[in-house]
Amino acid sequence: MTDQAPREPKLESEASLDEARLRQQAIGVKLRQMFDEIVNESVPQDFLDILRRADDKGRVDG
Amino acid sequence: MVQRNILDPESEAAFKGDLVALIPHLRAFARTLCGDAAAADDLAQDAVLKAWDARSSFQMGTNMKAWTFMILRNQFYSEKRRSWRQTQLDQDAAERTLVATDDPEAPVALDEMRLAMGMLPSEQREALILVGAGGFAYEEAADICGCAVGTVKSRVSRARRALHGILEQGAYDRDGRSAGDAMRSILADAERLSGPR
Repeated sequence: MTDQAPREPKLESEASLDEARLRQQAIGVKLRQMFDEIVNESVPQDFLDILRRADDKGRVDG
Repeated sequence: MVQRNILDPESEAAFKGDLVALIPHLRAFARTLCGDAAAADDLAQDAVLKAWDARSSFQMGTNMKAWTFMILRNQFYSEKRRSWRQTQLDQDAAERTLVATDDPEAPVALDEMRLAMGMLPSEQREALILVGAGGFAYEEAADICGCAVGTVKSRVSRARRALHGILEQGAYDRDGRSAGDAMRSILADAERLSGPR
């Protein structure tokens, strides 16, 4: 009967919900990309050196 | 009470291998906390050393990534309490580093994302990074931050909304770019990265 009437506003809000979801997804992708870019950098030698030094110290101390 | 069980050489080597494998993740987390890349590496190195010194108190078989992230985070906040008037410094340092990598040829969106992240309050930023990029469950993020799961959830959702708002309005400081450009380029980038489904 009149079940066509309320449909359009509903579709509209669904569309804007989809749009918002899409945007949040895009932000999520970008955030991971930003983080992963740093993860994929090569690790500065300093990091391995401090562990080696700590290791040597441990051995000397017994 | 601290439980001291001396590690045998084999476990010690395994622990060290796992710790080395976590260094890239610790660096990334540190940089999102500090903004400044050099300060972030100092922080990450301190955390690695602290984790190594505390190796005998680590429960083998539990989540070492979460454990080391917690050490790093505690280190960050204790230094911050000690010496920094952080809010201002945070913001300045973030903007300095983030803009320093400015390259006209570089993709726009990543820069804008960094700037926008720099504008979030630190507790929202860390929650969003842990859950949204670090691969932690809400429960793990709550352990790392020493707060309730519900708190993490609400921080993450507030961070997402704020980030969206900042990017949408182009509210970050940057001249010559019109509002909405950042969000558009982020959307375009995401589409490109995710490829055809």
